[in-house]
Amino acid sequence: MSAAPGGTAAPRAFMEGGHALAEGAIQAGCRFYCGYPMTPSTEVLEYMARRMPEVGGVCINVESEIEGINMVWGAAGAGVRAMIASTTNGMSLMQESMSEMVLGRVPAVVVNMGRGQGDYHQCTRGGGHGSHRMIVLAPGSAQEAVDTAYRAFHLAEKWRHPVLIYGDFMLSHTSETVSFAPPPDAQGPLPEKTWATTGARGRAPRLLTSLGMQLDADGAPAGIGPGEHRVDTTAPMRAAVARHREIAAAETRVETAWLDDAELIVTAFGILGRFARYAAKLAREEGMRVGYVRPYTLVPFPYATYAEVGARGVPVAVFENNAGQMVQDVRLGVEGRSPVHFIGEISMDGSGFGVGPKIDALHVLEKIREVYPQRSAA
Amino acid sequence: MAKSVGTVLIDVERCKGCELCIPVCPPKVLEMSTAVNAIGFRYPVLHDGCTGCELCAEICPDYCFEVFRAVKPSHYEEARA
Amino acid sequence: MSEASVQPGMEKVFTRSPLLGTNTHSLCPGCGEPNAVRALMENIEEMGERENTICVLGIGCYTAFAALMEVDCQQAMHGRAPAQASGVKRVLPDRLVFTLQGDGDMITEGIQEVIHAAARGEKITAICLNNAAFGETGGHMTATTVVGQRTKSTLEGRSPERHGYPIRLPEMLTGFEGVAYLARGTVHTPTGVKKTKKLLRAALETQRRGLGFSLVEVVTMCPTGWFVTPAEGPRFQQENLLPVFPVGELKRPRDLTV
Repeated sequence: MSAAPGGTAAPRAFMEGGHALAEGAIQAGCRFYCGYPMTPSTEVLEYMARRMPEVGGVCINVESEIEGINMVWGAAGAGVRAMIASTTNGMSLMQESMSEMVLGRVPAVVVNMGRGQGDYHQCTRGGGHGSHRMIVLAPGSAQEAVDTAYRAFHLAEKWRHPVLIYGDFMLSHTSETVSFAPPPDAQGPLPEKTWATTGARGRAPRLLTSLGMQLDADGAPAGIGPGEHRVDTTAPMRAAVARHREIAAAETRVETAWLDDAELIVTAFGILGRFARYAAKLAREEGMRVGYVRPYTLVPFPYATYAEVGARGVPVAVFENNAGQMVQDVRLGVEGRSPVHFIGEISMDGSGFGVGPKIDALHVLEKIREVYPQRSAA
Repeated sequence: MAKSVGTVLIDVERCKGCELCIPVCPPKVLEMSTAVNAIGFRYPVLHDGCTGCELCAEICPDYCFEVFRAVKPSHYEEARA
Repeated sequence: MSEASVQPGMEKVFTRSPLLGTNTHSLCPGCGEPNAVRALMENIEEMGERENTICVLGIGCYTAFAALMEVDCQQAMHGRAPAQASGVKRVLPDRLVFTLQGDGDMITEGIQEVIHAAARGEKITAICLNNAAFGETGGHMTATTVVGQRTKSTLEGRSPERHGYPIRLPEMLTGFEGVAYLARGTVHTPTGVKKTKKLLRAALETQRRGLGFSLVEVVTMCPTGWFVTPAEGPRFQQENLLPVFPVGELKRPRDLTV
């Protein structure tokens, strides 16, 4: 996009999703970015390498994703809005630190521009350890990528909790017209960063830790000698679980359509939601009463929406570009009261990340035609 | 009795009995106690003859020592007399 | 005994740095790490940098010092402190940022992070407390365990044939253009502690003047991990570790006067 003089972005621009997300992050105040090139997150790094210097920020091409996530930990821990983007395998490398950033309450933003949608489990459960869940947002368009960048930093600081944005090859590379106005829900006052380690200027020292080491209320160091232990490594885990419950109650977001008369629900996340929605529309034109659900927050997952569907016994067809991962959350959501059909599959080109032949609304429509007649068996 | 031109205050309750201070003391005026402190460790006790050289404090991993030295010449002479 | 009992005419010439607080720590008897940390905090105090310092701690026994040191601290994952400290320094370039890591942390698990931070010339100070063993896990082999040294994972002693050779990190980094200061100190004698304090001061001063990456390796006693008594620690270190890890400065900016 063309940046206006002074580094302010043009209000509207025609951009691919990866670039749009990067510019959205900059507009949201992100001033530290690092990344390791890997398709399809490379575009975010390339964009940041050019844009960050224009706004006085830092962009580093790191030596590994492990180094990158820990740099982001340091920068975010110093109170600066910091982000890293990577892809699938790179995300696997970051898992240890992401787990501990939840426990240590480091409000960084991590982006996974994945290959296909095979990282659903990785993003929502993680290969990490401890009782950690990140907040996971799955934008479905370039505009939503911009909005999500704003929202991710807002939520990260509102809850002092790391946020993961999960997109894919198609989101990253699809160009659309976007606006850079911040979404209303990503504005408003945020808590002061009373935890940021910036040097103890005129105040007590601070300790940013995931291990449960504590300072006294006035910041004075607590004893660690015999009989003075102030370390409870399970405290951050219990706090993370409690926080997650609050986040689930306040921040769950889901897009739905045509649920009232639906006799079959088709559901998908991310940019595939648009294929599912269009297929549902085509199905309705054929006289099939098909509803549509797209979780926007993968964590917290909109279980309540699926529970309502389950309460009515309406079958659900889950379309994902993987071997069936979100389908497990959908099954948890309907609580066994609706049949759940998996209608997705791994569909990429030979490179392992390009768009495969089954990412097509007509293919989804075909699958809907297959499972729709089975609804009465429920 | 040897005069002392320095002295140390030993916070014996911090001591973990490692004995690192004993061999580094040039006038050899530190000796381990037979009694133990509240956490069960023997600790150094000071005899006369301390020079206030600070070596015990430099080697002590538990920050037990505060060191004092006669800095006024008159007092120094008096102590040596 | 209280201060009142000290005879008149005597002045206090040594006391614990206020930056170490008043609480005790839980490290083993005869551990060398507290000596290195004390030398470090005395420097921070004397440089007037208490309110300007951010410490990034790795994972080891010394991590406990996060709750003693009177400066802002971040705890990092095992080995990753140089990356995390780079993140801090890049967004707060006028602060004094140092890492506190062990040999297992910096040289075994995290050698990639420290090497790349050095190559980038990050203006941070990396401090490695090298006791040639994983102390916190109870005495296992690290990348700096010396040949012949017995650990719980090298029962007959480290053998070159089976376990390879120890890594001398400062020596490795001497050719890096981004590296401005390299040194190794020891804390097994009082003079060693005093010299180490000077090395740490030079490293921090190198950072303060923006001259490049600085690193000090401090060889520390770990009687628990060496399976000797605390009192035997300094001798063990002198005989086994220091021949492999010679102390002194390896690289120094030409115009550094400290």
